[in-house]
Amino acid sequence: MAEEQRVILEYADKIDPKSAADYIKVGGYKGLEKARSMDRKALIDEVKKSGLRGRGGAGFSAGMKWSFVPIKDEVRYVVCNFDEGEPGTYKDRIICEKNAQAVLEGMAICGAAIAAKQGYIYCRGEYPFIVRMLKEAISNAKASGALGDFNIEVRMGAGAYVCGEETALIESIEGHRGEPRFKPPFPGVAGLWAQPTVVNNVETFACLPYILSNGADWFAGIGAAKYPGTKVLTLTGDVENATYFEVPTDYKLRDVVYKLGGGVKGGKKFKAVQVGGTSGAFIPEQNLDTAIDFDSMGAIGAALGSGAVFVMDETRDIVDIVTRISKFFEHESCGKCNPCREGTWRCREIMEKINSGKASQKDIDNLMVLSRVMKNAALCGLGQAAPIPIDSTLEHFGYEYSRKMI
Amino acid sequence: MSNYADIIAKCKGQKGGIIEAFHAIQEQYNYIPEEALREAAKEFGIPEAKAYGVATFYSYLSVEKRGRYIIRMCESAPCHVAGADELLKEMESLLGIKVGETTADGKFTLELTECIGQCQATPVITVNSEPYFDVDKAKLTEILASCK
Repeated sequence: MAEEQRVILEYADKIDPKSAADYIKVGGYKGLEKARSMDRKALIDEVKKSGLRGRGGAGFSAGMKWSFVPIKDEVRYVVCNFDEGEPGTYKDRIICEKNAQAVLEGMAICGAAIAAKQGYIYCRGEYPFIVRMLKEAISNAKASGALGDFNIEVRMGAGAYVCGEETALIESIEGHRGEPRFKPPFPGVAGLWAQPTVVNNVETFACLPYILSNGADWFAGIGAAKYPGTKVLTLTGDVENATYFEVPTDYKLRDVVYKLGGGVKGGKKFKAVQVGGTSGAFIPEQNLDTAIDFDSMGAIGAALGSGAVFVMDETRDIVDIVTRISKFFEHESCGKCNPCREGTWRCREIMEKINSGKASQKDIDNLMVLSRVMKNAALCGLGQAAPIPIDSTLEHFGYEYSRKMI
Repeated sequence: MSNYADIIAKCKGQKGGIIEAFHAIQEQYNYIPEEALREAAKEFGIPEAKAYGVATFYSYLSVEKRGRYIIRMCESAPCHVAGADELLKEMESLLGIKVGETTADGKFTLELTECIGQCQATPVITVNSEPYFDVDKAKLTEILASCK
C-alpha cells in the first residue's frame, strides 16, 4: 500500500473553501443534518464508537471529551484549536485552505452534541490571510443557513507556541497572556470564561462530518484499529517531495519517507526522521517499519503529534539541529513554571556547550537529570516535551554527541 | 492623526478582544504606541500594567517603534537545515542592521521568528506577514527592492 487515502482532502482544489454551496454539492452539511436529528447522547455515542481521537497530538478520544461536559449551566463553548505552531507542521492550514467548510460543520456537530451555540476558532497570528478567508467562509455558511443558530467567531493569536496548549489558548481568547492554567478543573467543566468548553484540533473537527454522514463503523474501519481514520502529514527537510499527504493511520513511516516522500533528496542516505514537530522524538533507520498511528509510534518511544515529518540526510549534524531546537523551547517557554522556564534555558546552554565542542560527560549527565525533572514537573506539555529531542538523540545518535565531547 | 480610539472601539464588542485591538493598531502603525496601549487598557477596563503584560507576551506584538516593512526570518529546524543562518547573515549585510534593529530611514525592521507554517518551500521569510518561499540571495535582493 503506497497510496494516499483522501477523506478530508478529497475535494482539495476542486471546491472553493469559502463557499457553502460548493461544499454542499459534494455532500457537505449532511453530517450536521444527521447530528441535529439525533439525541445528544446518541450523537456522542456515535462519535465514541467511531474511535476518533484528537489530531492535535494528545490523541484523546473526542467522544469521551465531549461526554465530560455538564449541561446544567446555560452557556457552553466549542473552541477550534488552529494554533498549529509545531515547526514543520502546516496541515491545519492545508485543511482550512482546501476544506474550511468541513471544519465549520464539525464545530457545529460538536455544538449539537454539547448544546453549545457559540464557537471560536483560534487561528495562529502567522496566518492573517487564512483568518480573512475563514471569516468569509463563516459569513457564507451563515448566509446559506447551513449552520443554523450556531455562531462562529475567529480570533487571531499573536505568535506564542504555548497557546496550542488548550488552557493557554483559552486565556488568550479571554485577552490575557497565554499562560497555561492549573488543571483540574479541565476546560470541559470550566473553560472559556469559566464555562464548560470543548477544545478540539482543526483536523479532529474536519473528520466529524464524514463520520456522521458515512457512519461510525465506516470510520472505525479505516487505518489502525485503536487510532482509526486518516491523518494529514506534512513532509519537510531532506526529502524529494516536501509536501502534504493524507494517509490511513496504519500507513508505515518508511512508506511516508520513501514512497510518498520520494526518498531522501539528492540520492543521499537517510540518517533520521523527527515525527510530530520539534517536540517529537528522532527516529533512526531501524524503526522506520512502524505504523504512524498514535500507539505504534508510542511503542518506539516516539509520537505522531501534529503529523509533521522532518527528514534528515546522512550529512546532517544532529547535535547542531537539537541545539537549534533547544533555542526554540527557551524562546517559547511562557515562564510560568520553574522546571520549564529554567529548564529550557539550561538545556539550551548545555546543548550550545556540547555543540561548540566544550562539554564533558558531566554535562551530558546533568542534561539527563534535567530532562527527567522537566518531564515530571513541568506544568504543561511544552516543558514536558522539550527534552524529548535531546533524550531520543542521546539514545539513538549517541555517537554524534561523543564526537563533539572533550 | 491618532485615531487609536476609533480602532479600539471597533473591537470593544468582542469579549476579551484586547488582542484583536492590538492587531488592528499594529496593522496601521506596525507597533503599539504607548498612547494606544493606555487607550486600550481604559476601553477594556483593565490596568495599564496588565495591558502592557499582554502586549509584551506575544512575539507578534511590539511596543517598540518599528519600520514600515517588518522582515521576519524563520529559524525553526526545517528552515535551519535549509540554510537560514547564512541567509540571515546575508540579510544583515544587505540591510546594514542586526536582528531586532530598524534601518536609520525607518524603512526596515529585521526580526527572527519561529515556524510560520510554510515549510513546503524553505527557507521562508515574511515581509509584513506575507510569506516568501525558497528564499536565496538573489530572491532576497529582489524582495528588498520591491519594498518601496
